[in-house]
Amino acid sequence: MADLLHVTLFTLGVALLGTALIVPAGVALAWLLARRSWPGKAVVETLVALPLVLPPVATGLILLKLFGRHGPLGHFFEHTLGIDIIFTWRAAVLAAAVMSFPLFVRTARVAFEEVDPRLEQAARTLGAGPWDSFFSVTLPLALRGLVAGGVLAFARALGEFGATIMIAGLIPGKTITLALGIYHHVQLGRDAQAAGLLTISIALAFAALWISERLLPRRTSA
Amino acid sequence: MSPPAIHVRFRRPVPGFTLDVDLTLPGRGVTALFGPSGSGKTTLLRLLAGLERAPGGYSEVNGEVWQDDARRLFVPVHRRALGYVFQDAALFPHLSVAQNLAYGQKRRRPVTPSSQADHSAVIELLGLRPLLNRRPPTLSGGERQRVAIGRALLAGPRLLLMDEPLASLDHTRKREILPYLDRLHASLEIPVLYVTHSPDEVTRLADHLVLLDAGRVVIDGPLAATLSRLDLPGFATDDFGTVIEGNVLACDPAHRLLTLRFTGGDLRLIHEPAPLGRSLRVQVLARDVSLTLKPPSDTSILNILPARITAINLLADTGHVRVGLDVGGTAFTARITRYSHDHLALRPGMGVHIQIKAVSVLA
Repeated sequence: MADLLHVTLFTLGVALLGTALIVPAGVALAWLLARRSWPGKAVVETLVALPLVLPPVATGLILLKLFGRHGPLGHFFEHTLGIDIIFTWRAAVLAAAVMSFPLFVRTARVAFEEVDPRLEQAARTLGAGPWDSFFSVTLPLALRGLVAGGVLAFARALGEFGATIMIAGLIPGKTITLALGIYHHVQLGRDAQAAGLLTISIALAFAALWISERLLPRRTSA
Repeated sequence: MSPPAIHVRFRRPVPGFTLDVDLTLPGRGVTALFGPSGSGKTTLLRLLAGLERAPGGYSEVNGEVWQDDARRLFVPVHRRALGYVFQDAALFPHLSVAQNLAYGQKRRRPVTPSSQADHSAVIELLGLRPLLNRRPPTLSGGERQRVAIGRALLAGPRLLLMDEPLASLDHTRKREILPYLDRLHASLEIPVLYVTHSPDEVTRLADHLVLLDAGRVVIDGPLAATLSRLDLPGFATDDFGTVIEGNVLACDPAHRLLTLRFTGGDLRLIHEPAPLGRSLRVQVLARDVSLTLKPPSDTSILNILPARITAINLLADTGHVRVGLDVGGTAFTARITRYSHDHLALRPGMGVHIQIKAVSVLA
């Protein structure tokens, strides 16, 4: 029972942190994709969408190579910042963030695209500079879509498995999320414990999806 | 010091043609930019606002230079003291009417007793008080445009740009908002550039007229003088006539008849009773003006005025003739048949009488 609570809280923490990590960059990138044209835009678009279609394990392997002890980023974090990533809770957060990033960017981009550019122009003719018009007009009008995207990303992060097991490993009490826990219990034949985690997973996923569906604008009624 | 004026010089390719204008416009009053759709009117407005940019362009409004690429000067839109009224109002849907009105005011102008007084004046002028707590999606089209105009004015502009503000409204809504625009026209101190493809709005609101066609200025000048020119392009000739400004001299409520005195004589028209002395602008279409050599008697035509022919323009291959006339100092235009022109042997310098039915004088 204590194990159940611990795993649930750990998973929620990892998903929350992962989502919080991607929101600022995701908002910026989604806005750039929705409102500006720039060289290399198509390449960035594809790169960002890649984790959606790549096997999660493959994404995990790429992350392992990048953030591993001998990887370029891992070396930087370990030697310059003194932070270990691979096979710690941080790796679970990283996997959650990378895997849910495309979902967030796609939803946020649509949210920005649905804001009428004329309203931003009107704001500028009324004396609002670019940042001012973004925060007073664009952001409030896109907010529902952005929050829906955040909830969707959070839901995706809750269930992340493939990339997580590659870079965080299965370390009981240290890196075990709901998804990893289910796999771990089933492997050891502990079906009852697996069922407990499964119930919680279903409840959390259901709640997150339900909220994000309520937030997204109905296009059918328009 | 030179009189206040607006200078614009832009050259920019747009789909189908190149917008190429070099204009000096009066720094006061309403200038209508008129032309067929797709003639570059809106693009010109957006370039002047700075919402789009034409490399090498120049714009100056009453002494303030907004763009001068020769000096690498381009003032960003939000630092230009202008008001822009979009065709579809572009109100912020997440803000109340009051918050929409305050948006530009709080960014552009410090709160002072005089700006507070302006605030009330604009709200009264446009009848916005009952709308203040509403949300834009609950407003009618006409109400939305009134709020948009108020929002633009409250930002303290030195130039008001209006992009077909009535084009998206139906006939009833238009009639509802036009009186507000009349009042605006009468009370506004700043110049207004008004894009439209409606001749009615031009004759009712404009002081100065610019005709645009395929990105080029065909004609520009003061409204009455421009409309009386005989070389107006085809797209403008049928819809415009002579614009006459006068004062109410007499009123006959029983016959719903009004007599208007203008330089050149008196004109009678059907109109609701109006106070004596009130100024009124009316229009007579060229095709509603007929000519006679001797004034007839026992006729139903109420307006018969002596005139002198100033110019004759035979419109090639049409059977129509445009005749320019001087009626006591006011220029009139008549469109008659080639047959009548030949039959009456009309020549410049001839004295004639013009005939206008009272029902053809449009208020």
